[in-house]
Amino acid sequence: MRPEPQVDTQVRISDEVRKTTCYMCACRCGIDVHLKDGKLVYIEGNRDHPVNKGVLCAKGSAGIMQVNSPARLRAPLRRVGPRGSGEFEEISWDEALDLAVSWMKPLRDTAPEKLVFFTGRDQSQSFTGYWAQAFGTPNYAAHGGFCSVNMAAAGIYTMGGAFWEFGEPDWDRTKLFLLFGVAEDHASNPMKLGLSKLKARGVKIISVNPIRTGYNAIADEWVGITPGTDGLFVLSLIHELLRSGKIDLDYLSRYTNAGVLIDCDPKSETEGLFLRDDEGRPLCIDRKTGKPAPLDGKAVRPDLAGSLRRAGITHRTAFQLLAETYLSDDYAPAKVAKRCGIEANQIRRIAADLARTAFEEAITLDRPWTDFRGERHKTMTGRPVSMHAMRGVSAHSNGFQTARAIHVLQILLGSVEVPGGFRFKPPYPKPAHAHPVPHHKATPGAPLGGPHLGYPQGPEHLALKDDGTPSRIDKAFSWENPLSAHGLMHMVIANAAAGDPYRIDTLFLYMANMAWNSSMNTRGTMEMLSATDDSGDYTIPHIIVSDAYSSEMVAYADLVLPDTTYLERHDCISLLDRPISDPDAAADAIRWPVLTPDRDVRSFQSALCDLGHRLSLPGFVDEDGAPRFADYADYIQTHERRAGVGPLAGWRIGAKGYAHGRGEPNGAQIDSYIANGGFFTAHVPDEAAFFKPWNAAYQDWAVEMGFYDRPEPYLFQLYVEPLAKFRLAASGRGTRQPPDHLRAPILATFHPLPVWYPPLSEGFSDPVEYPLHALTQRPMAMYHSWGSQNAWLRQIHGVNPLFVPTAVWQAHGFKDGDWARVTSTHGEIVVHVAHMAALNPHTVWTWNAIGKRKGAWALSPGAPEATKGFLLNHLIPELLPERGDGMRWSNSDPVTGQAAWFDLKVKIEKVDPQDEAFPVIAAQTSPVPPGGQDR
Amino acid sequence: MTALPDKTDRTLGLVIDLDICVGCHACVVACKGWNDTSQTSGLSDSDPYGEAPEGAFLNRIHSYEITREDAPATVVHFPKSCLHCEDAPCVTVCPTGASFKRREDGIVLVNEDDCIGCGLCAWACPYGAREMDPTTQVMKKCTLCVDRIYNEELPEIDREPACVRTCPANARHFGDLSDPGSAVSKLVAAREGMDLMPEMDTRPVNKYLPPRPRDAEIDVLAPLLEPVAEEPRGFLKWLDAALDRI
Repeated sequence: MRPEPQVDTQVRISDEVRKTTCYMCACRCGIDVHLKDGKLVYIEGNRDHPVNKGVLCAKGSAGIMQVNSPARLRAPLRRVGPRGSGEFEEISWDEALDLAVSWMKPLRDTAPEKLVFFTGRDQSQSFTGYWAQAFGTPNYAAHGGFCSVNMAAAGIYTMGGAFWEFGEPDWDRTKLFLLFGVAEDHASNPMKLGLSKLKARGVKIISVNPIRTGYNAIADEWVGITPGTDGLFVLSLIHELLRSGKIDLDYLSRYTNAGVLIDCDPKSETEGLFLRDDEGRPLCIDRKTGKPAPLDGKAVRPDLAGSLRRAGITHRTAFQLLAETYLSDDYAPAKVAKRCGIEANQIRRIAADLARTAFEEAITLDRPWTDFRGERHKTMTGRPVSMHAMRGVSAHSNGFQTARAIHVLQILLGSVEVPGGFRFKPPYPKPAHAHPVPHHKATPGAPLGGPHLGYPQGPEHLALKDDGTPSRIDKAFSWENPLSAHGLMHMVIANAAAGDPYRIDTLFLYMANMAWNSSMNTRGTMEMLSATDDSGDYTIPHIIVSDAYSSEMVAYADLVLPDTTYLERHDCISLLDRPISDPDAAADAIRWPVLTPDRDVRSFQSALCDLGHRLSLPGFVDEDGAPRFADYADYIQTHERRAGVGPLAGWRIGAKGYAHGRGEPNGAQIDSYIANGGFFTAHVPDEAAFFKPWNAAYQDWAVEMGFYDRPEPYLFQLYVEPLAKFRLAASGRGTRQPPDHLRAPILATFHPLPVWYPPLSEGFSDPVEYPLHALTQRPMAMYHSWGSQNAWLRQIHGVNPLFVPTAVWQAHGFKDGDWARVTSTHGEIVVHVAHMAALNPHTVWTWNAIGKRKGAWALSPGAPEATKGFLLNHLIPELLPERGDGMRWSNSDPVTGQAAWFDLKVKIEKVDPQDEAFPVIAAQTSPVPPGGQDR
Repeated sequence: MTALPDKTDRTLGLVIDLDICVGCHACVVACKGWNDTSQTSGLSDSDPYGEAPEGAFLNRIHSYEITREDAPATVVHFPKSCLHCEDAPCVTVCPTGASFKRREDGIVLVNEDDCIGCGLCAWACPYGAREMDPTTQVMKKCTLCVDRIYNEELPEIDREPACVRTCPANARHFGDLSDPGSAVSKLVAAREGMDLMPEMDTRPVNKYLPPRPRDAEIDVLAPLLEPVAEEPRGFLKWLDAALDRI
């Protein structure tokens, strides 16, 4: 036998490793970027990083192909063909920025609201918002309105924090986990790391989702719920738990507003509001004295069964109202099961599982702590039940109340901020009342009075002009969507094209593909972007887009500011913004240019610093008019939001050397981050690790870190009073009232206790004609991954069939390779179909954002993404169909304005095989050369 | 024809947990990235931005539905790469000796200098685990990251296959399956790890841990919750008494 060949086992792939932060989705994992001779050769996870602990998903590892993508823009572009054509000429940065200033400067001086600045998957919102505030336009938001504002708003109003970035399950201790509506997204690696911990301990995972893929595929039990009915299912669980007394009364009494006294007189001017003392503090009955006392008073034990008659008005506790509401037979499993598409006994069994785990398998840690009432506790007791929910819940027009219902379920079980339950990540918890309220008054030549986005506490905080019309182009914080805490990006183009509530001048978009997969009614949106008025001028006079890649939106820009890739830029993942903390540590991170751009591109944030200087915006120029910031890195290191608090918390300057949290700016701060692997963590003290909203040690630590300026303990809001205030206004009480046509929708949806109502679109389409729900998911290997031009990922997901459940598949006689026409009230598409059995029988679905416009992303026009790939967006209207009431209702949650993507109902029919999916959209000219043949 | 070693000193391989694999493709792309850079000839992609992109991947994930009579259908995500068989037909079929199985650790490799790209080994492999590189026309396959696991250029903790290092769900494990005391052997014993297609007599080294039962262990006779009262006033009485107890 001949000798074995020798194998080189000592390969050296790189000569340098640089540690930065991934941007292939929204998780912000730490990455080790391997370079050889200065060239990118390999990316792997950073083992020390708090988010991913060394692992990395498919997108992260494929970043090398994103960084080297042929779709990268190469220089600033000025449009030379008609909008949408993709015909551009390359210009210099000076020309580009001067052109932008020539449009923006007159607006700032006369009508700042005519600049409309929306950012998409922006991870620098505290900076872009600051810039928009300095400009003075009220029209700023990011993509949260079409993503998951329902989760954020429901969580913040209910308990001062929500799922994902705000908190996570106690993966190491929980003993039962419920997952609602996670469509293979949010979060990526942290969710998988967590699930693997549960699997290792044999913890039961229950998934509630119409589609059994991804995380749902590994769940021990599947609740294949009918879309849009999760809220009803959850309220039925609450019914079962209440009925059996399986609720944590001690927790409810101490840490929630269950004991608050509420005006129950239907004729009262303060119906539904809290009874308050002269200082405005909500009152309860103290069970120890039987007398009224402040709900959050020292040594007070609120009585959940209390009542009080004062000035002829009966006051009862929030808990009594809650119990009466959900003990009703309307929520009995037998009543709701059919509507939810599941068996009544499954609901009963899951309720029993929850109760048994919470109350018979409780965890106690020997860890003393002191609460805000001054009481010292020897131990920390936890109810080891945890939950997570995401877009499948939030992307319905009843999503706010559904997310509220989930939080109320968690709270009734005593399972939030306890060992084994759901835990907040610093700087959360932070209650709604500690957030800003919206600022919206535009003043020529002046900045806005404060942040754009916030949490209204009542009608007095709506963003309305003196004449009662909306201040904002997206009508956020108007009576149509009063609690739209993230704005309504999905309504911006439609409203701007219609001049409703007013005409705009310049639409400025960053990293948002609004001419394609990020818009409802995609084709209509493309028409709106290129619509002209009677004189032949564009209805939206100017469009500026910043993107790193040749997207579909770029083709509609008049001016393109080419951004860098994520490995060529500075960024901060800031505690002022959307941080990367975990429940045991506050954390923030940076990106830095581990590669130097080989194109004439600039990081968008640095370009904004330059624009801010050219426009002389306050905060962006010194007293003598010189630029305040050389670039974004300079801003990151030297900007102070409040004294001692800046974008990055680590390695600030204290009295004796470095200080963390609060401290003077450090001109070499980024170097310290680089030396530490690109991130900073500050451990939460052990005593402060649980019961954070009420834990004196946590509150003190949060002040020390600069999250608050004084301790802000608060109670969870089972009963949300601001919702009652909007009800009062809608029922004709108070000085600021909605227009008459909005009274009924507000009364139907603004309940201070969670309520379930059918998705609103169901009132606009015939359920017999359109019997099927239609959903999308973003595949794990592409979620948030900024386009399928990635040479490796597109080989994994290059086409998307419509998945059809068994009964529908058989009824229509479908077989492999068949095509179908799919029709909604809004439009039709013709697509290829595939069978799926592990699917709710009334639901079809597809992968989102695989389909591409021909000519975009440097793909060949015959690429499967452009021929067989398709978007469900063509079927989804941004305005619900007319129904004879003279109104056009937005396809959004009426509470928050969240885009109701998943309310879609369709019908399906078999058609002859096709060569291409319908609609066929004409190709755009590519501003970059097509990708190469072989790699 | 190429001979297999009579025995190997160790039996290195992967143990893949189908109970936890969520089908995210992290392992697929980490493998592609590592081997594309570590192997001199790389792992190419033909027509990467065109109509029929086709690249060499040494590891792929397949998803299967399982329909059941009395329970809802399930989905299983199934990662597949070379199983480094003890009786590897891809080796014995190789006309040039390019395919071989290492005596020291059992890893099956292709010596690219000797590979004539005839494709016999891919034909012989019952698992479809070999891929012809579309541009170099050399046969590619999983090397078990032989250029990582012994590589002193890497920190010791990283001397494991790229797919194992990156798996976010911890569904992939690497070790010596000939050592009954190894972590992987214990996992296989505890979870009744299985051979893929044992009827092919290839004696694969890699093992799969089967999914735990889904929806099946639900005890329909488990006690449901008992009401504390049948009507609202009864609930309030219970509440009052319960509040007195806390």
